[in-house]
Amino acid sequence: MAIELKMPALSPTMEEGKLAKWLVKEGDEVSSGDILAEIETDKATMEFEAVDEGTVGKILIAEGTEGVKVGTVIAMLNGDGEAAAPAVEAPAQADKAEESEAPKADKAAPETGTTQLAAKAEPARDPEIPHGTNMKTSTVREALRDAMAEEMRRDDRVFVMGEEVAQYQGAYKVTQGLLDEFGPERVIDTPITEYGFAGIGTGAAMGGLRPIVEFMTFNFAMQAIDHIINSAAKTNYMSGGQMRCPVVFRGPNGAASRVGAQHSQNFGPWYASVPGLVVIAPYDASDAKGLLKAAIRSEDPVVFLENELVYGRSFELPELDDHVLPIGKARTVREGKDVTIVSYSIGIGLALEAAETLAGEGIEAEVIDLRTLRPLDKQAVLDSLAKTNRLIVVEEGFPVCSIASEIIAICMEEGFDNLDAPVLRVCNEDVPLPYAAKLEKAALIDVPRVIEAVKKVCYR
Amino acid sequence: MAKTPRGTAKAAPPQNSEDEDFALHSLQEQLEADRRYAATKDELLTFYEQMLQIRRFEEKAGQLYGLGLIGGFCHLYIGQEAVAVGLQSALESGKDSVITGYRDHGHMLAYGIDPKVIMAELTGRHSGISKGKGGSMHMFSVEHKFYGGHGIVGAQVPLGSGLAFAHKYRKDGGVAVAYFGDGAANQGQVYEAFNMAALWQLPIIFVIENNQYAMGTAVTRSSAETHFHRRGTAFRIPGMQVDGMDVLEVRQAAQIALAHVRGGNGPVLMELNTYRYRGHSMSDPAKYRSREEVQGVREKRDPIDHARAELLELGVAEADLKAIDKRVRAQVAEAADFAESSPEPELPELYTDVLVERY
Repeated sequence: MAIELKMPALSPTMEEGKLAKWLVKEGDEVSSGDILAEIETDKATMEFEAVDEGTVGKILIAEGTEGVKVGTVIAMLNGDGEAAAPAVEAPAQADKAEESEAPKADKAAPETGTTQLAAKAEPARDPEIPHGTNMKTSTVREALRDAMAEEMRRDDRVFVMGEEVAQYQGAYKVTQGLLDEFGPERVIDTPITEYGFAGIGTGAAMGGLRPIVEFMTFNFAMQAIDHIINSAAKTNYMSGGQMRCPVVFRGPNGAASRVGAQHSQNFGPWYASVPGLVVIAPYDASDAKGLLKAAIRSEDPVVFLENELVYGRSFELPELDDHVLPIGKARTVREGKDVTIVSYSIGIGLALEAAETLAGEGIEAEVIDLRTLRPLDKQAVLDSLAKTNRLIVVEEGFPVCSIASEIIAICMEEGFDNLDAPVLRVCNEDVPLPYAAKLEKAALIDVPRVIEAVKKVCYR
Repeated sequence: MAKTPRGTAKAAPPQNSEDEDFALHSLQEQLEADRRYAATKDELLTFYEQMLQIRRFEEKAGQLYGLGLIGGFCHLYIGQEAVAVGLQSALESGKDSVITGYRDHGHMLAYGIDPKVIMAELTGRHSGISKGKGGSMHMFSVEHKFYGGHGIVGAQVPLGSGLAFAHKYRKDGGVAVAYFGDGAANQGQVYEAFNMAALWQLPIIFVIENNQYAMGTAVTRSSAETHFHRRGTAFRIPGMQVDGMDVLEVRQAAQIALAHVRGGNGPVLMELNTYRYRGHSMSDPAKYRSREEVQGVREKRDPIDHARAELLELGVAEADLKAIDKRVRAQVAEAADFAESSPEPELPELYTDVLVERY
């Protein structure tokens, strides 16, 4: 009996990949454990192993094919005794037909909650970028890497340390290529020892260097939070301005796909509550690059919160020799007059999608990307509120003691007279993020919830 | 610094018993061959004066605390003076860096930092070294390469390893010294730092000031291995056990350790056996030990009395020692006057130095 070999998902967030190379040809005998092909995602190149024994039948996807969706049949494997020759009735067509049908409940992979965090809407062009600037398409991942590489070329005090940043090329490939260009003295693999290496990075900053400390995710930075808060954030103040600590702590933050509660938390509100820190959480590639460069140059300790689900998204990136953006300034990513949606990081995509839908219903939403969570650009929020008189906050994170809570407090304290409706927040449910796909979907924010909240404050 | 790519790092050490000792005891053997630094009379006079200055300064700080002029926590260094003085006399100022915990007054004085600005920090005045915003536990002098003054027990160990990392990165030849206590020696982050310091051969001396008590807990009640100099063994860090009550032994040990570290051989772990005469902090009634125990150390092992006796043997006149005593008392009195009479920080100072830049 012929077995379908399907494009595998090699990470929780992989949706498609490139079939880089076939290591077998039609007619080859294979047994379980043999490597059949190399598959490349934006994060890594992985080997695809045979699980069953048999003879390679028809190869349906040629090597070098990009954008092969997870689950696509890439080849057939004929069981023992079957002819090695390609099956006459090419199964590809039939399969396609089958796939287009509603998936059988017992077989279909459940949809992860993070798919609802995906967004196609693009932010409006940043007015900071001069007119006439050439734009290229870049992923957030590449933008972050380029920011580090440019700053490392510019200042030899800048170095990167963290788990798997060098030889492995980054757990999420953000530091790809840096070891080759800058060598092992400036791109440093650490043991798995967050508290220790966060302390070493902080001490190196006190000693005059410019460390970039990568956490594989900010969930693991909990082990190191003492150095971020007690050692890095407070030193300048406690020393009466004598001892600076220009360190950047960066890495992915927030929910990833189906990784459960211990790997899925937005720590933005935690760090943003601490005086002495700068906290940045960009959304698109241009902000990721421009603000990471600014963070590396800053004399202050910076917590730079990225998002794994956004790493692979492509955006327009200005082709400038030195693209540095101001810290502490929000950005209007969509203009509107009826209601303001304040958000940051991955929430921006949802806010923009919601705004597009709402526009079709006659509600023009203005979308403000905070970009920096500390110091917070209060004025941008208040100015937009003064214009629209209605405001909601969209935040992929817990609702209690959140950035949303803070924005609401600001609106109450300083924008009360401009409010035509109570400010609402659209946050994740107030539970640890569950693993089960159905529950994960229910726990995370989505576009319909944003739309609902907007309509509520617009009394529609 | 980092491992060389593609696994060309040094081969795994052999697992047989011949490797047990590798070089772990070599520094201790050097010390045992000749335990005491041959100080000149002038050098010993300087050490004596520095130790005396710390003692008198701390006594005065204790007094000001009792008067309510110093608030919060105040950890005195009385009894441990030989450690900071012996070690820091061996460092190259302007090149090497130092970091310690919250019992930091002594290290700053041993580094030659003006007692006035230290005392004024203790009283929370604007002329204090941290403008009154740090207090006893949080004092820094980047100018002297003294990096604090840290209030979280053990934090200075990875931070100090970071200073050592910076020395190595810049290839400036400097060595970092990270002081911590027998209590901090049980913190996990200490061993994370040991591992990386040894792995990357960082130029650092880890100095455990074993004053026998982690706050109120005797080392035997808190530590499975009370020979703290052995605590680096698992990381192949050579250890040294030093009498921290003898300034000349401390100095000798410091030189041996420094030569090893400056030679590019990676970190050294020194255990300095010492004793604090006062409570953990000013608010500690010290019920966990007997008066006799404290009195016994004071009478038999006091580092200042010891140095004084040695100076007399070397032919220094009583009168000269009295003159030193007088000079030190005058300095400390001046520091206290300064600290009491300096103004508190102005209110706008509340908002300065939170961030360096404006955004």
